[in-house]
Amino acid sequence: MLGRHMSNTPTLLVQLPSVPYRIELNLIFVIADFITAMLLRLTGQNLQLAYRQFLRSKKLLNLLETSRNVDAGDVASLVFLWNPFGILTCVGGCTSPIENLMIVLSLYGACSSLPSLSAFGWVIATHLSLYPAILIVPIILLLGYGPDSPPKKLFLLTSMKPARSHPLEQSHEQVSSVDNESELQVHHFSWQPVMSFILWSSIWSFYVLVLCSIFLKDFGSLSEMLKKSFFLIVFHINILFMILPLAIRLKHRPCFLAFVYIAISSMLKSYPSVGDSALYLGLLGLFVNELQDIRFSFFLFFGYIGVSLLSPVMHNLWIWRGTGNANFYFATGIAYACLQTLLVVESVNAVLNHDRMLRKQLTA
Amino acid sequence: MAVFFRLSPPPFLLLLVLLPLSTGFLLPTSVAAGGSYDGVGGVGGEEEFTEELLLRPLPDRKVLAHFHFESRVPPSSTNGRHHHLFPKAIAQLVNKFQIQELELSFTQGRWNYERWGGLDYIPRVNAKPPGLELWAMFDLPIDQIDATWKNLTHALSGLFCSSINFLESTTAFAAPRWSFKSHSSNLRYGALPREAVCTENLTPWLKLLPCRDKAGLAFLLDRPSIYKGYYHSQRLHLFSSETTGIVLEQTLTIVLKPNQQRTLTTYPTDQLFQPNWSVNSVFRKKLMGQCVLAKSSKVFLELDRGLVREMGSLILGDSYSNKGFEMSVAPNRVIREALGSHGDSVLFEYNLNDYGENNPLDVGITWKLPFAWSCPQAPFHANRFLMGSGNERGSIAIYLQSTQTSESFSDTADVCMMKIAVFQIVPWYVRVYYHTLKVFVDGKPQVISDIVEKIQVSPSEDKLSPGIMEVMLRLPCSTMSVVLTMDFDKGFLHIDEYPPDANQGFDIPSAIVSFPSLHAKSSILAEDPKDGSPLLSKFQESNLVRSYTEVLLVPLTTPDFSMPYNVITFTCTVLALYFGSLLNVLRRRVAEEERLLNKVSSTISSDFPFDDGGDALGLFVGTLNSGSLGSSPSNIPSAHVVSCLQFSGLFIQYFNGVFCMSSFLFLVVGERRLGSCYEAQITSHACIKVIFQIEG
Repeated sequence: MLGRHMSNTPTLLVQLPSVPYRIELNLIFVIADFITAMLLRLTGQNLQLAYRQFLRSKKLLNLLETSRNVDAGDVASLVFLWNPFGILTCVGGCTSPIENLMIVLSLYGACSSLPSLSAFGWVIATHLSLYPAILIVPIILLLGYGPDSPPKKLFLLTSMKPARSHPLEQSHEQVSSVDNESELQVHHFSWQPVMSFILWSSIWSFYVLVLCSIFLKDFGSLSEMLKKSFFLIVFHINILFMILPLAIRLKHRPCFLAFVYIAISSMLKSYPSVGDSALYLGLLGLFVNELQDIRFSFFLFFGYIGVSLLSPVMHNLWIWRGTGNANFYFATGIAYACLQTLLVVESVNAVLNHDRMLRKQLTA
Repeated sequence: MAVFFRLSPPPFLLLLVLLPLSTGFLLPTSVAAGGSYDGVGGVGGEEEFTEELLLRPLPDRKVLAHFHFESRVPPSSTNGRHHHLFPKAIAQLVNKFQIQELELSFTQGRWNYERWGGLDYIPRVNAKPPGLELWAMFDLPIDQIDATWKNLTHALSGLFCSSINFLESTTAFAAPRWSFKSHSSNLRYGALPREAVCTENLTPWLKLLPCRDKAGLAFLLDRPSIYKGYYHSQRLHLFSSETTGIVLEQTLTIVLKPNQQRTLTTYPTDQLFQPNWSVNSVFRKKLMGQCVLAKSSKVFLELDRGLVREMGSLILGDSYSNKGFEMSVAPNRVIREALGSHGDSVLFEYNLNDYGENNPLDVGITWKLPFAWSCPQAPFHANRFLMGSGNERGSIAIYLQSTQTSESFSDTADVCMMKIAVFQIVPWYVRVYYHTLKVFVDGKPQVISDIVEKIQVSPSEDKLSPGIMEVMLRLPCSTMSVVLTMDFDKGFLHIDEYPPDANQGFDIPSAIVSFPSLHAKSSILAEDPKDGSPLLSKFQESNLVRSYTEVLLVPLTTPDFSMPYNVITFTCTVLALYFGSLLNVLRRRVAEEERLLNKVSSTISSDFPFDDGGDALGLFVGTLNSGSLGSSPSNIPSAHVVSCLQFSGLFIQYFNGVFCMSSFLFLVVGERRLGSCYEAQITSHACIKVIFQIEG
């Protein structure tokens, strides 16, 4: 009876209606949001630690000073908690806080090398909305290489001033004359946590499928999930196109890669929710140090404010008043998509520029 | 060709054999047409056909004409699969789909229950919801019924030249359990409120009559005067059983406004008088005798109870001409309702076989005194309306208003209880939340369990089944008004699910309000049951009193139908922006890396150290770019020009491909706005070119 008016996974459908009051339901979402913020904070501290270690080892003291001023974890958790979009989802009783919690849980687990936790988060998140499935790439990279760091070759570079003018020959020389101390810092891909992640995720997914099959009788079945039309698949394929190029270019920053993937999927999914943007805006806070020099930040900020104010107005004009037609609402939708595109592109650009800056600092 | 030759002789031979046979069959009928047919074969094994017409003045100066044609076929036809009078198409339908009972009605206009009454035979059975209504009961196992219903709708839509086949979809029909007909699991019900009814539906209906509209009562059916009327409902009711055979009832109920004949003198009291009318003035045709194949052919002129009560002693005796009114033709007999009081209706019967082409029957009535009366009413008037504003949500209210005055029940209020059954089908895109059902009795909210005796609800499933609600209310008779409200959300339809005029809104079929505890029947007695007219025997049948509410018009949110192409264009533009700029960022390198790359590619070719993913990707894209655009530094050797394709070009191809495919699909499927397709295509080209010029 419920299944037609509310589309969600069987496990959630079984759990949620058993909550008697609206307030308690909202409380669940608030708690989920709060836990998400705490996990974001821990993840941010992890990332900060790795970054500072790198800076200290390379004796980039001026950068170390600036990074000490802001704590990425605190910024991320505060941005996530005070985000109007996140507050809106909690008030509206949307289930996306639970999905967000699961995504952040998997990232946190991967960051602090807890493959079982990460696998649990990933499996549940995938079960809830299927889009987080692509996060397997950054999670495996995280487990294999450890948290975000500048590119590997920068570890090999010392902060010595180059004797020669040509950068290529200089780097060649340095690569050949690597000392033992800096070699230790280079993280090689470690297969052991990845394997245990795969094992754990197969266990968890088996468990979820068993759970599902128990509830399947009441709430449709897997075939319902796969009964999507051709066009839906065509549109969703766009999400997959950029996975490989991004993974090649950002493999040394798996957390940021996860952020980009989440932003892209929330931009290109067919039924986006403001809860998705609450998540990626919160994740954006993790990279305050790297994103210092992001371009168009003013435009992006006010663009987000403008769109989030205008789209309810346009919706009202279309649905309630009937004075505007669907195009008005579509216009705000397309403006929002453009803003998200700009945010993704500019943040990727800023992080790559940050890497270039580090390289310059090391080689200059 | 060989096959054709092998097959062709048998039909030809068969035809030869059949020819004398068929002339043999035709012979009796042609003799009958000669004038000596007197309906002998009324007993048992013969097919019969009767035609009757009931005329009745209505209180609001209109005239009700009710045509009743009845064909019967005995259970085992002596002629095998051939029929004299009975339409073969219908017999085949009944046999093929194992129909127990079927009713199909085409209606235009709405029966005005307040003015035209709601209790006697005509509104009880013949007042139908606007548009098309079909229900059928099958003599089949439960699991075959839905499939049979689908086939039946197709067969009927072919027979009656209408879109009954839209009832095939599971979103359109329902299986009411107890509120429509008592306890029947083999019944299917469907309604199409938007169906337009016109001559194309009437013609096939008339074809089922043995004389069509060439003779007999159907000769009156002058198309312009029928369709000019306030209400017309053309109905086909089939009943089939082992004992009675197949009974086909075809009725046509029309409410017309007669032309004023009083022109000589105008009195100020003219407005009070009923208009004088005759068959000729109403239909512009005269009755030229009966259909020769009909067993009986009668015309009744009825003065209903209210009118008779109003006339009082004027109408005592068999007077067809008195101080109050005057009939133009003397009736063959006068039938009175057998209740014995003043309030009985009176029927003047005219036998059509006394009239012919030389002396056509022109029944009419001329009023001498003004009368005002009201028709007998069902205990409650049912209305239904929408509440709320905007296109997101709203609520449906069913409003039942008592037709009785409160005094009439004051003494027995605590004893008398009234049962009311409400049945309503709501399409899936109006998502009714049945838990929000509220009942207000006399304006005060009530606990549902106090009022509702029985309720059965099946919520809608998106694009699968409609929402069905059956409620049995139990109320004291003294109740003045009952309101049922329930909230709903409006769904969004897919673009190709909208009808051509989507902005008009969507029709929700009428709800049916019936009164199971009330079985009204009139006690008109046909003196001779053997010779009794089927119409009069119908009067005596006790049927469920049923009334239909209004059809609701729900405006749904509509997209801009000219937009799909533009939407595709804009969306593809944003996608191109995303892909293009993101790839651009990923492959971009600062000046010294560019130089490094150039140097490397010119010096080392085989063992190039790909120490960074970005370098590899950048090299790849860079070489592709340089190959096709030619704008790159010239010192990149041609050995690295792997392919002439470049990414931006690839994406232009990709999006234009997607766009052209989808616009082509819309062209083929939608064919809505062909003009804007070109515009959109041009826009898309321009946008994508501009973007890649900026990016490049």
